[in-house]
Amino acid sequence: MTSLVVILSCIAMFLVTGGLAVLMSRSHRATPVIYCLSLLTSAAAFVTSLAQLATSFVNAPTLVLPIGLPWLGTHFRLDALSSLFLLVANLGCLLSSLYGLGYGRHEHAPHRVLPFFPAFIAGMNLVLLADDAFTFLISWEFMSLASWALVMAHHRNADNRRAGYLYIIMASFGTLALLLAFGLLAGRDGAYNFAAMRAAEHAPLMAGLVLILLLLGAGSKAGLVPLHVWLPLAHPAAPSHVSALMSGVMTKIAIYGFIRVTFDLLGAPMWWSGLIVLLLGAVTAALGILHALMERDLKRLLAYSTIENIGVIFVSLGLALTFKANGMGLAAALALTAALFHVFNHSLFKSLLFFGAGAVLTATGERDMEKLGGLIHRMPVTSFTFLVGCVAISALPPFNGFASEWLAFQAILQSPDLPQWALKIAVPAVGGLLALSAALAAACFIKVFGITFLGRPRTPAASEVPEVDRFSLGAMCVLAGLCLLAGILPGIVIDGVSPVVSSLIGDRMPVQMDIPWLSIVPIAESRSSYNGLLIFLFITVSASATIFVVHRYASRALRRSAAWDCGFPENSPSTQYTAGSFAQPVRRVFGTLAMRARERVDMPAPGDLRPAAFSVEQHDLIWEGLYVPIVGAVGFAADKLNRLQFLSIRRYLSLVFLALVLLLLVLALWS
Amino acid sequence: MISALLVQACQMALVVLLAPLLTGLIRKVKARLLRRQGPSLIQPYRDLLRLFRKEAVVAENASWLFRVAPYLIFASTWVAAAVIPTFATGLIFSWTADLIAIIALLGSARFFLALAGMDVGTSFGGIGSSREAMIATLAEPSMLLIIFALALVAGSTQLSTIAAFMSSPAVGLRVSLAIALVALVMVAIAENARIPVDNPATHLELTMVHEAMVLEYSGRHLAMIELAASLKLLLYISLIACIFVPWKLAAAEAGPAAYLAGFIAYLAKLAIAGTLLALFETSFAKMRVFRVPEFLGAALMLALLATLLRFVSRSL
Repeated sequence: MTSLVVILSCIAMFLVTGGLAVLMSRSHRATPVIYCLSLLTSAAAFVTSLAQLATSFVNAPTLVLPIGLPWLGTHFRLDALSSLFLLVANLGCLLSSLYGLGYGRHEHAPHRVLPFFPAFIAGMNLVLLADDAFTFLISWEFMSLASWALVMAHHRNADNRRAGYLYIIMASFGTLALLLAFGLLAGRDGAYNFAAMRAAEHAPLMAGLVLILLLLGAGSKAGLVPLHVWLPLAHPAAPSHVSALMSGVMTKIAIYGFIRVTFDLLGAPMWWSGLIVLLLGAVTAALGILHALMERDLKRLLAYSTIENIGVIFVSLGLALTFKANGMGLAAALALTAALFHVFNHSLFKSLLFFGAGAVLTATGERDMEKLGGLIHRMPVTSFTFLVGCVAISALPPFNGFASEWLAFQAILQSPDLPQWALKIAVPAVGGLLALSAALAAACFIKVFGITFLGRPRTPAASEVPEVDRFSLGAMCVLAGLCLLAGILPGIVIDGVSPVVSSLIGDRMPVQMDIPWLSIVPIAESRSSYNGLLIFLFITVSASATIFVVHRYASRALRRSAAWDCGFPENSPSTQYTAGSFAQPVRRVFGTLAMRARERVDMPAPGDLRPAAFSVEQHDLIWEGLYVPIVGAVGFAADKLNRLQFLSIRRYLSLVFLALVLLLLVLALWS
Repeated sequence: MISALLVQACQMALVVLLAPLLTGLIRKVKARLLRRQGPSLIQPYRDLLRLFRKEAVVAENASWLFRVAPYLIFASTWVAAAVIPTFATGLIFSWTADLIAIIALLGSARFFLALAGMDVGTSFGGIGSSREAMIATLAEPSMLLIIFALALVAGSTQLSTIAAFMSSPAVGLRVSLAIALVALVMVAIAENARIPVDNPATHLELTMVHEAMVLEYSGRHLAMIELAASLKLLLYISLIACIFVPWKLAAAEAGPAAYLAGFIAYLAKLAIAGTLLALFETSFAKMRVFRVPEFLGAALMLALLATLLRFVSRSL
């Protein structure tokens, strides 16, 4: 009970902070004050949720406030699932506020960011506590609007305005879908309380409809293909610490909404609902990372990679649903643990990478990778932490991304026991797509780090840059440390999420912290085990031992010399590989099909003096195939309806009369 | 406990010591097949020693990553090779990494190698890294699907358990295993930059991948990378051997005689595999780089087929 009250007061404090930001408006002290207050408040919420997660959840604390709808009130509840997501969210908010303390100083219009930043955090926290549909939707919309205001912070840029426009359309559409989903869940009696929904029986057809609406609503917020189009535009448009929050935390709130309804409110799942989620997740993962690989804008690339990770999480969630539907409790627990672990991991490394992109942006003023290069020499700490983030997100041991993907693969290996044939065919294909997106992610982040931080500076902007401030570096170092810790001690995280898993599945993975040497063993040691700590130790020890032996007994002489230039003394940085040329082989292999990429080489005949030209054409098939027709149809309908604006008064009166008759007819037929 | 640690230490020393010999053997056989005398078997050791003793020449704008990467690449490959059963199963640290983790460790090594290729900022490094990344995007999923097929046959991703299962009579002849073997060999060829995917013997061809990435390396750094490359080849051969020909593998705590038998069998397996690889390499021409996706795509499809067969039927 007390923890719920503490978190609610934290939310109130966030709102007060937002109000304070409005009052302080353009005062130069506003930036440190607001970020400090946000930092302290989210730290309090973080500690409370951590403490709550450590205690038992026999009776989840609930609270009803007499505000909102008179017959409903406002319900709050803090159960295991809420606590876990509160923990993830407030950790992200805490570090983002810390980062903002330094990054915010470079903001030229702080009064457009400061009031909305704490409000956005408050909105996300409120969604996690809501225990009735009305509160949930209000908080959800509040969160969307606050983040929309942050996307529009730099609204003088036409691209940002377009991103904000698209975002608000997709967000409204998503909320509409959620509204309908909750309407179906509430049933005829209008039981909008989550407790009532949980108790009610839902017919299979109704449950399927709710699932589809939910995939539209929560999926559009999370960035599920084909509803992802707004995400790579809107996330990068916001200031970098807000981008980190939107990509690292807000997408997780959407996943929370999905888990809350499918695993908690909807009752026993159908196997085909898992299949839908599984397939959507796999397609999302592969398409997201393929688009990321083709991107040259650093922040937009990170946003596309968010789409990929959302796909990975949805694959695990889909597996958990199918296992649960078939009564395979242990396997379902394994898959859900993999999903929740990846939720935690992604919030860490995506925040880290967005912070790093923000640091690069502050130092060079550039987001375009083709204009960067060689930053490792001038931004040593930023580049080191960014490298950690790249290794972690590429799912390489011993960092955390690998631990959660490993669990997901182990969950896939449990699936031949599934009885349905559709699943037997789909799951291996999904496994292949998951492996493909992991490999593509590694290629993508080799490109990001190699082009941005390695090589030689491609422009003067990139050649003379300072390292960023200490607050930003501190936030990045904490995140890099957490990425390593969660990777080498995955047992702690697995045990941490186990109350959530057992409350949603009724089964849980074996306790990991009791296993000797801190290994993780999902089912049994003879089947599979992984020990990140020992791998980390082995690599460190054998690398240092080798370095010592080589330097001691072989040679330690080192000479600096010019790089090998193949006999061409032209030493321009433009001879380096660029982001586009790095991606070219992958574009030729995968892009010809997935984005209809075509290369054109215009080579003049011998003797012809005009320069040769090379151009690439690639398409976003989902945008062109789905959204352009919809936009066209809406425009067409609007044009046709436009005529109604210029009628005579008699026609308007007859229209009103006809409408009245029609309504009366409907009423007569209805009753 | 002590003896188990000793066996593990033997294994770690063994893989590093044998790796250059395997490379030497393959070069020798290839040379003999071309009617050349060829360098002696121990030439790779001499090369490594000479490289270790030389000073390292590093490009002016090379960063710390360039100098650390060779050691990280070697260490990850070594750790991966240390948990693969070569002459004995049930190594004391075999449970630290299962097959998925072993492949991911090689992925880490590749990640740093590709970054090192881009560090100096020459077009050669970039071309190598970008092609390596392209090859990896096809080879890694194929490898994971092969692992799925194997794990579903043996009921485990743990190599010791898989090897024990494969040497038991419960295996029988299975279509999925045969397909997985073909796919695994194809992936191993691509991963180790062998003909027909890449040519390990040349620094001059523009189609090269691995040699382009390491073009800037010299001295001890180059020695580490060469050693890691030999180690990776040994690792893949040991992997194929311990899964598909697990004969004479000593069980845990089996005693010196069994270990010796396992060791001799292992040497024989390496020699046969090395000779086969040399035969294969001399009888094929190198492919154009954009034929490689087709080659690896075939491996990917075979691996998917093997996995799918396991999902469809338990006996295939």
